[in-house]
Amino acid sequence: MKYVDEFRDGHRARVLAEAIRRKVTRPWSLMEVCGGQTHSIVRFGLDELLPPEVSLIHGPGCPVCVTPVALIDQALAIAARPEVTFCSFGDMLRVPGSAEDLFAVKSRGADVRVVYSPLDALALARELPHREVVFFAVGFETTAPANALAVAQARKEGLENFSILVSHVRVPPALEAILASPQRRVDAFLAAGHVCTIMGTEEYVPLAAKHHVPIVVTAFEPVDLLQGILMAVSQLEEGRAEVENQYARLVQAGGNRPAQALIQEVFQVVDRTWRGIGGIPESGFGLRPEYVRYDAAQRFAVSEVGGAESPDCQSGLVLQGLLKPMDCPAFGKACTPDHPLGATMVSSEGACAAYYRYRRFAPVETR
Amino acid sequence: MSPDPFALSCPRPLRHDTVQLAHGGGGRLMKDLIEKVFLPALGTDPQGLHDSAVLEAGGARLAFTTDGFVVHPRRFPGGDLGELAVYGTVNDLAMAGARPLALSAAFILEEGLPFEELTGLVRSLRAAADRCGVRVVTGDTKVVDRGKGDGIFITTTGVGLVPPGVEVHPRRVAPGDAVLVSGDLGRHGIAVMSVREGLAFETPIASDCGPVHHLAAALLEDGLDIHCLRDPTRGGLASVLNEIASAAGVAIEAREEAVPVDEAVAAACEILGLDPLYVACEGRLVAFLPAAQADRALTLLRAHPEGIGATVIGRVLDGPAGRVTLRTSLGTTRLLDLLSGEQLPRIC
Amino acid sequence: MCLGVPGQILDVDDTPLRMGRVAFGPTIKDVSLACVPDAGPGAWVVVHAGLALDELDEEAARLMIEGLAQLDLASGEAQA
Repeated sequence: MKYVDEFRDGHRARVLAEAIRRKVTRPWSLMEVCGGQTHSIVRFGLDELLPPEVSLIHGPGCPVCVTPVALIDQALAIAARPEVTFCSFGDMLRVPGSAEDLFAVKSRGADVRVVYSPLDALALARELPHREVVFFAVGFETTAPANALAVAQARKEGLENFSILVSHVRVPPALEAILASPQRRVDAFLAAGHVCTIMGTEEYVPLAAKHHVPIVVTAFEPVDLLQGILMAVSQLEEGRAEVENQYARLVQAGGNRPAQALIQEVFQVVDRTWRGIGGIPESGFGLRPEYVRYDAAQRFAVSEVGGAESPDCQSGLVLQGLLKPMDCPAFGKACTPDHPLGATMVSSEGACAAYYRYRRFAPVETR
Repeated sequence: MSPDPFALSCPRPLRHDTVQLAHGGGGRLMKDLIEKVFLPALGTDPQGLHDSAVLEAGGARLAFTTDGFVVHPRRFPGGDLGELAVYGTVNDLAMAGARPLALSAAFILEEGLPFEELTGLVRSLRAAADRCGVRVVTGDTKVVDRGKGDGIFITTTGVGLVPPGVEVHPRRVAPGDAVLVSGDLGRHGIAVMSVREGLAFETPIASDCGPVHHLAAALLEDGLDIHCLRDPTRGGLASVLNEIASAAGVAIEAREEAVPVDEAVAAACEILGLDPLYVACEGRLVAFLPAAQADRALTLLRAHPEGIGATVIGRVLDGPAGRVTLRTSLGTTRLLDLLSGEQLPRIC
Repeated sequence: MCLGVPGQILDVDDTPLRMGRVAFGPTIKDVSLACVPDAGPGAWVVVHAGLALDELDEEAARLMIEGLAQLDLASGEAQA
């Protein structure tokens, strides 16, 4: 595929890995923020190409992983209602709430469907006028315009049987929380390329300055990631702390204005709880008052529903880079991809699942 | 850390109280279901599991297998439920090295199923049987109340004859074996997904749904020392490699660049966030045989239109037992694990 | 977090969602082009969850690949 294959080229990857090796003089910890980046790193074994000085910390950028237990429980309560057709991205179906997951509710007769896009859920609402069609709107800033578009269109069409359960999160406040932690281990960030495609790079400038941390907006293919790492390592070695853009083919400093306008129209900034991390002020989106009748939590009166996380799950520390998955006492024992305690073990981008699936046999780890 | 703290054989309690969809997904939960419910009650040696059982009867060796078919939608680009019900069972017989002899077919029909659809599916079932040179010699029909079935379920059972000297079984897979596939992977899974509500997309891909018994026969009749054959259906190539590595107590290494995946299948997988190595085929086989015989096997397979894309994708190593790795296009290595259930489209 | 796949626009319709067919190699998907109002047939976009996130700058992609070739050259000289 054009614009994919050339960024997976082995020769280019090795050249970049060599350049990183020549640049680095001391240990650095880089956090890739986005779950999609984590997925590429494990899928292509990129950590094997890096010199031992560079370690990667998998950040909290997987929407499936950070959706709080209470919201999953709300989703389960809504999906269980007989009049509801509950639509979700595929990877949300196996995320455990406090007692079970969406698949379990489905096995008892709930109408739960996997869709590719919120617009597919909207189409379903048109097709099924006598059903309540609910979309589980999880995601970062990248997914917000698609969800906003679906809701705005539902209002235009007067489609009253469509609503969304919102669990939208924003990246910059999470980075601020990680940087403010007294145990901070992160020396530089690879910021999430597709989030910045929508929002631009400007909101990262004050973060980089305040905490003196390099932030490199980075794409998702192996060559991109290695180039992002090279740019971050170069900044660290040279004592710089700037916002740089590795993903110049897609990301503009101002982001995508029509997409931002859509988000503005439908959503407002709200406080959010992140699974494993806790509450972060202004770290999410919620529906504006004008769109509140598309809020599934209100429509089905589940706002008070919600349980707590397994006390054995330490995914919060993992998401902040303070604990390696295999150092968690539950890893691989009480907690496996078949029976996950926390969402980092569920999603294929979750740091714990990634380690479990790709790095379980020690001999593979040897360089 | 110890070399192998979380071996695949590690027993896990079955923690679900009811059957979940993932128990049928061809992954780890299905393995659990078989090992914790069926094997203890029905008493077969788990190391002995293969696509067909081989029974001695009156001096002959009979391969015996059964399979239920529930695909949705029932018609998909390149095939339908009727032919799938024949090829699935014929291929399972062939994977034991058997020449298919005869099939049974049992139909569970939901009241209200249009006769036109039923007739069409039965016709294509017959055409598939003719293509494979087998007859459907016995059958059964049940009709269930509306809402108690999904239109139609078909179960076929097959018997076949294993020629003298043929010994095709996972336990024969040994270090030094080459791993071959008969063609490109993932067509069936992608063809079915392309017409599924909520995911639909346009693709030139048709299912590879078809028989492979003649490919297996070509390898065996030439006298090659075929150690094992498998058809990579649910769970795809990665799941087959995991099953064989566990059963034979070996490690397997596949090379990403050698694994044939059509451009359109690869593109659909990118869009949906799927790994083609876990996507189902319905007309491919995976063969394990001594590396020295691999070239001859490729020549034989490529002589058939269905085997034209045959290629060597990996090799069998000493151990650790049960480990399957992929040498990536970047020269790095990653684990290819058994998934819990079916792969789900991702947003990340 | 966000799977995004580059594809080329084949056609665009005039509906409110600005739906269009986008080719990802030989596989084609209907997606909304509402957030790329100026992109027409032939343009490359990156698609996530049924929405084109933005237009892909082909010139920038070319420059990046060229820049890597320079790096390659430099490393070749360093080794020599």
